[in-house]
Amino acid sequence: MTRNSHPQPITAKEQARTKRETRQVLKGFGKDRSSLIPILQAVQRRLGFLPRVAMIEIAAFLGIPPVDVYEVVTFYNQFRLNPPGKHSIRVCLGTACHMKGGYITLDAWERRLSIHQGQTTPDREFDLDTVACVGCCTMAPVTVVDEKPEAKVEPTKVDGLLLAFQREKGKKDSKKS
Amino acid sequence: MTNTRKQNIASAFEKLEGNAVTNWRNLVNSGKPVIMVGTATCGRAAGALDVLQAFREEINRQGIECPVIEVGCMGHCYAEPLVIVSKPDNPSICYGRVNPVIAQRLVKEYILGDDPCLEFVLGAMEPNDLIPSFQDFPRAAYEHKLLLKNCGFINPTDIDHYIASGSYSTLAKALHMSSKLIIEQIKKSGLKGRGGAGFSTGEKWEICRNAHGRPKYLICNGDEGDPGAFMDRSILESDPHSVLEGILIAAYAIGARYGYLYIRAEYPLAVEHARQALKQAKKYNLLGRRILGSDFNFDITLFQGSGAFVCGEETALIASLEGKAGMPRHRPPYPAVYGLYGKPTIINNVKTLAFVPHILKNGADWFAGIGTETSKGTAVFALAGKIVSTGLVEVPMGTTLCQVIFEVGSGIPNNKRFKAVQIGGPSGGCLPESALDLPVDFNSLAEAGAMMGSGGMVVLDEDDCMVEIARYFLEFTQKESCGKCTFCRLGTRQMLQILDDITKGRGKMEDLETLERLAEDVQAGSLCGLGKTAPNPILTTLRYFRDEYEAHIIEKRCPALMCRELTAYYILPDKCERSCDACVGTCTVEAISPNKQRIKVIDQDKCIKCDTCRVACPPQYNAVIKLSPPTKLPVVKK
Repeated sequence: MTRNSHPQPITAKEQARTKRETRQVLKGFGKDRSSLIPILQAVQRRLGFLPRVAMIEIAAFLGIPPVDVYEVVTFYNQFRLNPPGKHSIRVCLGTACHMKGGYITLDAWERRLSIHQGQTTPDREFDLDTVACVGCCTMAPVTVVDEKPEAKVEPTKVDGLLLAFQREKGKKDSKKS
Repeated sequence: MTNTRKQNIASAFEKLEGNAVTNWRNLVNSGKPVIMVGTATCGRAAGALDVLQAFREEINRQGIECPVIEVGCMGHCYAEPLVIVSKPDNPSICYGRVNPVIAQRLVKEYILGDDPCLEFVLGAMEPNDLIPSFQDFPRAAYEHKLLLKNCGFINPTDIDHYIASGSYSTLAKALHMSSKLIIEQIKKSGLKGRGGAGFSTGEKWEICRNAHGRPKYLICNGDEGDPGAFMDRSILESDPHSVLEGILIAAYAIGARYGYLYIRAEYPLAVEHARQALKQAKKYNLLGRRILGSDFNFDITLFQGSGAFVCGEETALIASLEGKAGMPRHRPPYPAVYGLYGKPTIINNVKTLAFVPHILKNGADWFAGIGTETSKGTAVFALAGKIVSTGLVEVPMGTTLCQVIFEVGSGIPNNKRFKAVQIGGPSGGCLPESALDLPVDFNSLAEAGAMMGSGGMVVLDEDDCMVEIARYFLEFTQKESCGKCTFCRLGTRQMLQILDDITKGRGKMEDLETLERLAEDVQAGSLCGLGKTAPNPILTTLRYFRDEYEAHIIEKRCPALMCRELTAYYILPDKCERSCDACVGTCTVEAISPNKQRIKVIDQDKCIKCDTCRVACPPQYNAVIKLSPPTKLPVVKK
């Protein structure tokens, strides 16, 4: 299905930490195959994505080949193989959103962030993706920004939302210095 | 069942009901005003959480006692955020498009003062002499609310509200009945599955009940993957206990021991509300061991789907519950005989199960009396797209499309012309104006080439291109095809390629025949509903809007001015205002600049056709227009 980018290499230190955290998550689950998807969801909630080490760890826990875990991870749209940005941008491309210009909104995000869908900005501030439908068709076109659905996001609102992030960041930076 | 046990169940439930009713009375009859804010996902997108906070802060500041509770979605999504204010001795009033400032004014002027702020009123909740009520709206004549009855009027995270509204009593009643009798009733009512296929629910239950193999499973399918549909989300968010009650009765009838509530992960609020509902039901002994003192044991696990459209298909859903990639398998054997882990399993849609308590409560004949000869009960539709009153509606089966769109949905906004209505999502089809008199039921929609589907209805107007919408759905099904069947995997890809070419002006006339042939092959060569119905959007648009395909191919023109490769933006020099710079500032790629006469000109090489300038151009000028084909553009010297 979508997103076939490969897991990013991570340092030995990060690997050890990932392993530790994965094991902690695994403690709450049974060892039967039917827990696979809930486990993957829980690990992704914790780590933000599913690194290779975590998948190997999960496979060992359930006693199945790692490729089976990889198959499930790549089959479902929800799972990601690369680290997310600090803010997640999900452009809804449901029917209503599409007909009201969701693809134009997606273009605007891609242009402003200089990345394509499925990618993360180099500074890891934003990751951009699409979602089939969030069920807010009455508010089309919708973009879900950090879990919050934003209504009627047209290119000008894209700029507005980004400006709000910049201001927020500016405030934090000035507090630090 | 012995009489003492019957009494046990009845007394256990009476206790719960007594408590719930007292709690509810304390809330509504306390002599204090009550504010209800609709905070379902659609409300939140429109800013309902800010409104909620504004109410709470203002009430604190004024030092008055007034409970502010969160409720679900009333279905009037076009006017979100919605707020209902009930003041003693006044009719309950619903306010629409509330923002924090209006919230402050409502507290000061209506709750403290006497002015109901008529300028923000949407309608009163019950008929009165002061304010027009919802019952006076034209849509009230067509609506018949069963599933949506509680949505927006109770707190979905408080089980007492649901019990006080007279529910779960049906479960208590059902536990007295024999499972055979319940299935008889459901069969007699004529209830058909609301997931799209329309199979008789009672018959399905009977097959499962008579099947060998233990334990039996019951799965509630809330994997509402159709883009453009949000009925299940709304019901799970606004009234999760009604679904739960339906699940429990169904489980009792088929003799299931374990249940799964399968909800899409894209619906975080629905998941949250369902989780709380399960917890509360467990606390009240409506779930778990010896439910309400009977010998019926049942446990429900909440399972989050992981974003695969094909998992709405029952065998694929079972595969994903088993921890595998969600690929459908051949049927028969049907899941009712051989399902989850090879055991008899019933999979019903959220709405199907939510109907069950209503049927047992009011009787099978009552339910069979609503709707048409072949399709009983009501249908819930999610209205979206180019329609004034977007939101949820519930009408009896047999209501015509015209009534749903123009009476209940108040027609098309901005004086545009109706072009088509897309029903049933990627598996459905686009029906033209000539089909508007069709009654909404399982059979007549299928005859017209569309299908009932789960109930998403997207209205399209003259600005929507029918080739583009067919391409959109093919892109969706192609992406979501699991890849098991060759025809579905490759056929959808070929069809998408052809449609892509047509929308880009590279189509040939013989492509249309190829499309028709491919569509037939994909229908015949696919195992599950996804592939079998994937060609529907193409077939219906070809059937009703062939002229648009031909315009794209022969004239390289998009009649709706939507396909980007076939349109160009142009600023009319005689309409452009010299002193206005609205489009120049908003153009995201700096393609617009003023010429010597300060008339704005678009650089066609830079223009990405994002539509921002057309929106930005002030309505008194309306100087930006779209042209198709782009060769119509006047030649401008650089």
